[in-house]
Amino acid sequence: MLLIHCPYCKETLPESEFTYAGQAHIVRPEMPSEQTDAQWEEFLFLRANPKGPHYERWRHFHGCGRFFNAVRDTVSDKFLTTYPANTPKPDLESLIGDAE
Amino acid sequence: MSSYRVAGKGRVDTGKPVDFTFDGKTYQGGVGDTVASALLAHGEHLMGRSFKYHRPRGAVAAGSEEPNALIGTRRGPGRFEPNTRATMQEIWPGLETQSQNKFPSLKFDVGAVNDAAYMMFSAGFYYKTFMWPRSFWDKVYEPFIRQAAGLGVSPTEEDPDHYASRYLHCDVLIVGTGPAGLAAAKVAAQDGLKVVIVDEHSEAGGTLLSEPQAKIDGTPAWDWLSATLAELKATGVKVMTRTTAIGYYHQNFVGLCERVTDHLSALPDDTPRERMWRVRAKRVILAQGALEKPLVFHGNDRPGVMLAGSAQTYLNRFGVLVGKSPAVITSHDSAWFAAFDLADSGAKVQVIADTRAEVDADLIAGAKSRGIPVKLSHTVTATSGRLRVKSVRLNPVDGGSVGAGSNVTCDALLMSGGWTPSLHLFSHTKGSLTWDTDLTTFLPNETPEDCIIAGASRGLWGIEAALKDGVTAGEQTLDALDRAASGTHSYAVENDRAGTGVTHKELLTDKSPGKAKAFVDYQNDVTAKDLRLAVREGMRSIEHVKRYTTNGMATDQGKMSNINGLNIAADALGKPQPKVGLTTFRPPYTPTTFGAFAGYHRGEHFEVTRKTQIDGWARENGAVFEPVGQWSRAWYFPKPGEDMETAVRRECVTTRNSVGIFDASTLGKIEVKGPDAVEFMNRMYTNPWTKLGIGRCRYGLLLGDDGFIRDDGVIGRFGQDLFHVTTTTGGAARVLNMMEDYLQTEWPDLNVWLTSTTENWSTIALNGPNAARLLAPLVEGIDINDEDFQHMSCAEVTVAGMPARLFRLSFTGEIGFEINVPAPMGRQLWEALWAAGQAYDITAYGTETMHVLRAEKGYIIVGQDTDGTVTPQDCGMGWAIGKAKPDFVGKRGLMRPDLVAKGRKHLVGLLTEDDSKLEEGAQIVFDPNQPKPMTMVGHVTSSYQSDAVGQPIALALVAGGHDKMGETVYIPMPDRTIKAKITSTVFLDPENTRLKIAKES
Ligand SMILES: [Zn+2]
Repeated sequence: MLLIHCPYCKETLPESEFTYAGQAHIVRPEMPSEQTDAQWEEFLFLRANPKGPHYERWRHFHGCGRFFNAVRDTVSDKFLTTYPANTPKPDLESLIGDAE
Repeated sequence: MSSYRVAGKGRVDTGKPVDFTFDGKTYQGGVGDTVASALLAHGEHLMGRSFKYHRPRGAVAAGSEEPNALIGTRRGPGRFEPNTRATMQEIWPGLETQSQNKFPSLKFDVGAVNDAAYMMFSAGFYYKTFMWPRSFWDKVYEPFIRQAAGLGVSPTEEDPDHYASRYLHCDVLIVGTGPAGLAAAKVAAQDGLKVVIVDEHSEAGGTLLSEPQAKIDGTPAWDWLSATLAELKATGVKVMTRTTAIGYYHQNFVGLCERVTDHLSALPDDTPRERMWRVRAKRVILAQGALEKPLVFHGNDRPGVMLAGSAQTYLNRFGVLVGKSPAVITSHDSAWFAAFDLADSGAKVQVIADTRAEVDADLIAGAKSRGIPVKLSHTVTATSGRLRVKSVRLNPVDGGSVGAGSNVTCDALLMSGGWTPSLHLFSHTKGSLTWDTDLTTFLPNETPEDCIIAGASRGLWGIEAALKDGVTAGEQTLDALDRAASGTHSYAVENDRAGTGVTHKELLTDKSPGKAKAFVDYQNDVTAKDLRLAVREGMRSIEHVKRYTTNGMATDQGKMSNINGLNIAADALGKPQPKVGLTTFRPPYTPTTFGAFAGYHRGEHFEVTRKTQIDGWARENGAVFEPVGQWSRAWYFPKPGEDMETAVRRECVTTRNSVGIFDASTLGKIEVKGPDAVEFMNRMYTNPWTKLGIGRCRYGLLLGDDGFIRDDGVIGRFGQDLFHVTTTTGGAARVLNMMEDYLQTEWPDLNVWLTSTTENWSTIALNGPNAARLLAPLVEGIDINDEDFQHMSCAEVTVAGMPARLFRLSFTGEIGFEINVPAPMGRQLWEALWAAGQAYDITAYGTETMHVLRAEKGYIIVGQDTDGTVTPQDCGMGWAIGKAKPDFVGKRGLMRPDLVAKGRKHLVGLLTEDDSKLEEGAQIVFDPNQPKPMTMVGHVTSSYQSDAVGQPIALALVAGGHDKMGETVYIPMPDRTIKAKITSTVFLDPENTRLKIAKES
């Protein structure tokens, strides 16, 4: 079972308190009606499937209830970092550097 | 004393006799014996039959890696367990055990005919045999596979034991109590550090239990062991025996299964049978040792053929000679020592045959001094003996060619093909392995976990090497915990038995290799020939070879067979072993009971059951319940003598004619509050909310951004900034999660609070022409009539003296109310309404009647009439969409090309021509005479008897259904094809005249 750091509670807690919520940094367009079919398809369906660091969302469901973002390495399953929703992507290179 | 027990040897207390039974016969052993050691003490090697060929088998090992000696153990009713390893099960007075895979008896087995048909059952047998003709499947193949599948017999009674589960947080977890583990523990044991060391065996010591001859710093091994254990316990180290580390999971999370009572004759009260420990350790040291490999030769599975190291264990730990005139075949030094120990205990060792041309001179001298004949450069080509080995044929090998054999009489054959480091838990960590050419084995390389692997499990042989490596592991662990080791630890070991050896694929034979039954995987009866055949038939990856032959797929998970299998497959492929690769080790390390995994989660504790405040009343009044999500809901309320259909019809009729009362407390309820509440509602739901007045309610439809229906419910506005949202019973948590997601991450600018209030309200529905008459006298704060409280209104009032949120709405087509009161008042309100309702012959009704009443009006049940691919238009609910709104969740989705395409499935009504009731889920076709397979155009989603309509009704999703009103469709059933007419979904009162409250005169 993974240990996950909630950036709001500032505590590292067992995975069973959290739920996964899909890829992070996919912003719902301001005015969806103005989106082309292709743009809307990309927003709705197209997701990354990287081997390595993955930006994703988790929710501290059985805790503070907040959604937050994380970078998790899909190979090692290690969390490189977690950070609040609506904050920019952290710099990947510095994270990987930290991990090594 | 049993005839094979050696006086003065071993740790079994033969002064404390223990009687147990095996296949009905009573045997006597001593405290400390396993079933296997006690049977061997009586000269009984035959303990089971193999899985596929039903060949006679005996214990080949002395530990949990045992593939053959699987037994059933019984302790009275319900306490039967199949596939227990006889080598691990401790005996206790009264223990009943039995052999497996035998019919009618262990010594004479009919299934052994499979053995004679050996050529038929080769690699890929299942894939090749059970193919054609199709008609053979039901009557021949499937019964055969079912008969053959699985080992042992499952118990049929409920397990009366209970199982516990615990969490454990520690600084250091050490797996294995051999020399490496103990040395590491001694270093790590410090004040303020929580250290746990575990071992699967009944006592700690590992290799030390089998090597009493060793002296550690001048102290005999067993004395050193007991002193060390006492010292560790005194320092606060938690030493856990009978505890298997079954799996190593992320971030040093290790599962331990502790067997608490399986070795006890009397079960103590209030004690679980097993305890699952979920350990989170800051550092882990793996010191699991190594497993001995069998040699692969024709007849290597006969009872009495055994690993040399295990024979040494039976002698030194259990005081049992596995044979009085054993022979030895080996490719490793270690078997020589085993032979010497047996000889020194009175066995007449017939021969030590070694595959190697050169062997250490000390070993040769040791054999000579004991009068043991030695044969170097020899192979073994056959064994004889039906239920026990009687002789072995040994042949000289010269330059790769096998010379003439000679038979050596023996009553046991000890073999050693060298040792394989135990890498199971290390591999669970996703640890990488490297191939060591000298040792012909994989060694641990790197692991992403905070873990060190020490001793024989990383290829270091001998007690001194293991002790020293344990010290290093302990020191590195302390270092990682920012601690310094106190003092220096060093060990000198006398009589250590570090040896070397070589590894083989199957041994050379003097007969056609295709005829040799040289077993690699004993439990699954996989031979070297099978592996080579798999490669010839095109299997290239070791994973494919494994699945095709089932090598390593038995309950021992390839502990003995993996490396031998790999060596043979690599040879057949002409590739080096690391290029062929090793199959994946998966948890659990050894078979683990379902009970241990389930722990407390069984019976009524299996899952949470949610009950409403009115549950007690429903139970007292004879309701039948159905599970809806986690809720237990009243399904219907039969009167004496009524079956379900009669009860439901009565509930429906009474509700339509007078009044019915329904517990709707399970409906999800979410309070949406804040200055931006109306904007939030506008964005979430399809409907427009801005103009909904305070005190009014509206049916709300929730879509996903893909345009498909997710949920629905009536939503009341109780203030400018306050909405009382209801959701479906099963959708409550999902809807709140979705709302929170959009609010927190897409629209964080909106000032809105969402609160789940499902559990805060008890909700009671009243429906029927007398509903208003019943309710009106109980309500303070508003008059119940069409002027003051029209349909789709809501208000905060007092009902029967209780504060209430009152809704006027209808999911039945009748005058309807939903009364929400603070949850604990639910039953009080129910009883007040029930009492007042007696004047109107009120009926309580359950979920089944609710489903019928709503279906008669064509109201959908999300999740029954929709399935995640249905849009509002598909359901004929385009009216619920606020087209003027610039956006809502799903608005853009509804414009997707596929969602506006022609020919989508529409929700329609169906009336059968012959007045039969359709099956929910039944498929629909337009043309019943088309050739099979027919083109299916939809399915029945809801179907009920309906007295109100006068015939059975159904809802169905049908392609283009809205454009086919009045047309006929066909529902082919196994016995006949049913004709049905497409109708509107509203079967009753399409003008909604029944919703009006008549003026009281
Ligand atoms: Zn949190």
